[in-house]
Parts: sequence; C-alpha cells; structure tokens
Amino acid sequence: MISGTMTEEAPKHRKRAMADLNIGCPMADLKQTPLHAMHTDLGAKMVPFAGYDMPVQYPMGVMKEHIHTREHAGLFDVSHMGQVIIRAKSGDVRDAALELERLVPMNIADLGESRQRYAFFTNDKGGILDDLMVANRGDHLFLVVNAACKEADILHMRAHLVDSCDVEVITDRALIALQGPASEGALSRLSDDVAAMRFMDVVTTQIMGAECWVSRSGYTGEDGYEISVPNDKAADVAAALLAMEEVAPIGLGARDSLRLEAGLCLYGNDIDTTTTPVEADLKWAIQKARRTGGDREGGFIGADAILAQFEKGADHKRVGIKPEGRAPMRQGTILFADETSASPIGEITSGGFGPSFEGPVSMGYVPVEFSKTGTQVFAEVRGKRMPATVHDLPFIPANFKR
Amino acid sequence: MKFTEEHEWLKPEGDLVVVGITEHAAEALGEIVFVELPDADNEVSKDDDVVVIESVKAASDILAPLDGTIVEVNEALVENPGLINEDPMEGAWFFKMKLNDPSEMDGLLDENAYKALIG
Repeated sequence: MISGTMTEEAPKHRKRAMADLNIGCPMADLKQTPLHAMHTDLGAKMVPFAGYDMPVQYPMGVMKEHIHTREHAGLFDVSHMGQVIIRAKSGDVRDAALELERLVPMNIADLGESRQRYAFFTNDKGGILDDLMVANRGDHLFLVVNAACKEADILHMRAHLVDSCDVEVITDRALIALQGPASEGALSRLSDDVAAMRFMDVVTTQIMGAECWVSRSGYTGEDGYEISVPNDKAADVAAALLAMEEVAPIGLGARDSLRLEAGLCLYGNDIDTTTTPVEADLKWAIQKARRTGGDREGGFIGADAILAQFEKGADHKRVGIKPEGRAPMRQGTILFADETSASPIGEITSGGFGPSFEGPVSMGYVPVEFSKTGTQVFAEVRGKRMPATVHDLPFIPANFKR
Repeated sequence: MKFTEEHEWLKPEGDLVVVGITEHAAEALGEIVFVELPDADNEVSKDDDVVVIESVKAASDILAPLDGTIVEVNEALVENPGLINEDPMEGAWFFKMKLNDPSEMDGLLDENAYKALIG
C-alpha cells in the first residue's frame, strides 16, 4: 500500500552535491519495527522514514530488488504503517461501516465480509487527508493507514466516531508484505488458506502457530499479500519466507519504484490535502452508492466540493508522464506547455527510474486539456526544457489475481 | 592519485588529470541510471557543477575539483551509466581536464586522508 514521503531519504527535487552522501546516519529517536534486527543482520542500509529506522535497500540493490519482486517474490517490512480496528458499540459491523462512511466517500456498508477496499479520508474542501485500506473482518473493520499520517488519522476517527464506535490502535502486530508472482506459492507453504484468495480478499489464518490477518493486496502492481502478524512471531514468519529461494528482502527504494510504475499514489507526493479525488484521477475509488443519485449520496466530509467536481470536472488532473530522454524527472519538476513559455502548467509529483519500464517514469498534474495520452509537455530539468509525453497509467500492467 | 572531500578522485595523466568518483561514493549513491556530461573544451572554475548523475535514489552534481579546462569526456557513461557502479576507479572516469595551476593538486587529499574522511 502506501507510505509517507521519501524525502527523509533523498530529496528528489533538488540536486545534491556529492558531499551530502551520508545517507543513513543512525538517529537516536527513531522507532524500530519488530523486524529491525533482521534488517541490520541482512546488511540493509537503514534510513529515517516517517519516524522509523527503515531499510531503504539491502545488498542486492534497488534495481535488482525491484526486478526480483516483479519476477519472483519480495518481502517488505511495512510495520511502520498504522493498523486500526473500528468496532461499533452496537456490535454490528454495518453500523461501524455507516459511521466510517461519514469520513470516506466509499461504499463501506456494502463491503462484503472478508473483502477489502481502497479508501481515503477527505477534508471539507474535498482534499485528501490520507489514503488507506479498509477490510470487513466480520464483526469489525480493519484499517491500514500511512505511517506518516497515522496519529492524525486516529485523532480524526476518534473525534468523529467517538459516540458510536471504539477505535483501537493495534500496536502488538507487525505488517509484512509479500509481493510478486511467486508469492502465492511461497505463502502457501505456510498456510493452506491463501491460495484460494482473490485480489482484495482477507482471511484469518494460522501461520507458524500465529494468528495472522492476511489480505491479497499490495503496493507494487503485482499479485501478493499483506500479512498482519503478532510482533513476537514476525521475525519467525519473515525468516521462514526469506529462507525460500524465490523470496528476497526488498527495501523502501524498490517499493517506491514499484508503486510508481504501477501508477499508485504516494500520499504526500501525488495526493494531499490540496488535491481532490477527481483531480487525482481516483474517481473509480468512489462507488456509485456515494455519488450523486446513489443510495447514500454524499454524507461524507467534503461531499459538496467533490460531488460538484464530479459533475463539472476538474481543471487539472494527475497523469503518467514519460520523459522522452533518459533523465529522470523527479518530484517538484515544473512542467510547461512548450520550450519557451514563461508560465508553468503543472508539476511532477513523483518521478524516478523504472527498472521494469527500463526508463524514467513520472506522475504529475497537468491541465485537463494536456491530459490526453500522447500529449507532449516540457519539464524544466536543471534549467533546460526537456520533452516528455503524457502516458497511460500504469506504466507496467497490473498482475493481480482477480 | 588525489581525492576531494566531494568524493572525487584525480589521477595525473601526462599534462592532464583524469577525474572520477570514488568507490565509496558510487556505492552510497546506488545504481546510477543517468549521466549528463559537460561539453569538451569547457573552461571551468573549482566547484562549478560539471556533471549530473542520477541514481535510483537521487540526483547529484559532480563539481569541478579545481580551475581548468575540460578537454575530454567519457561518452561511454552516457550509454552505460551502470559502469560507474561496476568500475568507478578506472573505466568510469568522467572527464579529463587541464589544470590552470597543476600545483593546486598538492592541496587535495591523499589516499590516507580520504580514507580517514570516509571513516
């Protein structure tokens, strides 16, 4: 899924002189996940990320880690993300769903048991406070939210749901993502319940004697799972997976390039409080029931702004952008209509090198009249206007088990 | 061979010096995916941005180590930026320059001083 910004690790939007190489200085006040010792034992390069000391890469390196995930299976520690349970005081999960629907423009009430859905919290201007995953786990909802936003999300949920729901923050569980085409085979050696799952299913299953909450989802565009595992069993489960030939540990660097090729938003880069779901091209995530004319039309924070924009359209939009040359166009790069015009038309919000795409890939916002696939724009890179083309997202076709 | 605090190495070759980045720098930057070289016959001053390299992680500048003229650049890097990770100290040199004052080389770090710098 989603994570905070990469800026702690490497400011992509500004050039750095070589003297600033000391990436990964240990910092005393950083939190550690239950897999921290495993990362350092594996030789990971650790960086501060959303308040945690996290692996940005292992000795394999970002490029090979990325390719390994697309071809085999990659194991990611995403324990820094927030895990939250919402229970209705009535005991009925539908009541919890209807309450959560006041904070997200998704159809949660009709989300079937053992199913998961992408969602986002909105503000009263229609901006996005965070994006998240919501699962219906029978008698409660289970949410996974971004590490950098989790404290704010929890306050937000508690403030709005205090009368009707208990919002429980799960701190005794780690979260491990296993991503890539070999994930099913690998995880099936530890559980009989995971092979039959479809994309966005969730199950409770025993893995090495631990109760795990598994979803078939991820943040790479590949088939795979996210596994919520008790803290004291996390290292054992991760070690068992890593002992399999097809599974390699993957750091935040490859996580970012994988999600970028998959066209998935990074909260803080591609979406934030200043971007609406319509501008971010996330209309697909708002189900009919919550749109104008739907069974439960509106009724979420920012509904007026968002539903109005549904009707009249946004004036700018998130698109894929393919640099025509080899130079990556990174976050903060300014876009122009042509080689000479003085006024910018937009900005790159994420960009880098796509190892599977075998070239630079970016996402950014452009006026709708520039949003058609194939439209040429120019990006100012180091003072020079470089051509780029609006490109379909994802850059690499998704490989989900539907 | 001499070194700068900016993680470059300089190796005399006739009346020129060859400039590249150290193994330590190449490793810290991660896999390099893009290189932009200056034009040859380019007069530069110490600390001018002369080369841009982009890794999977970030963009970095290579600065001119001393005043002089760049007389030759390693075009092979443009086609194969990964060479910088494979062979930073030899094959992946960036440019050759003629120094305005070759005695300024004496003010740079020797190998022991550079090793002490990177710990």
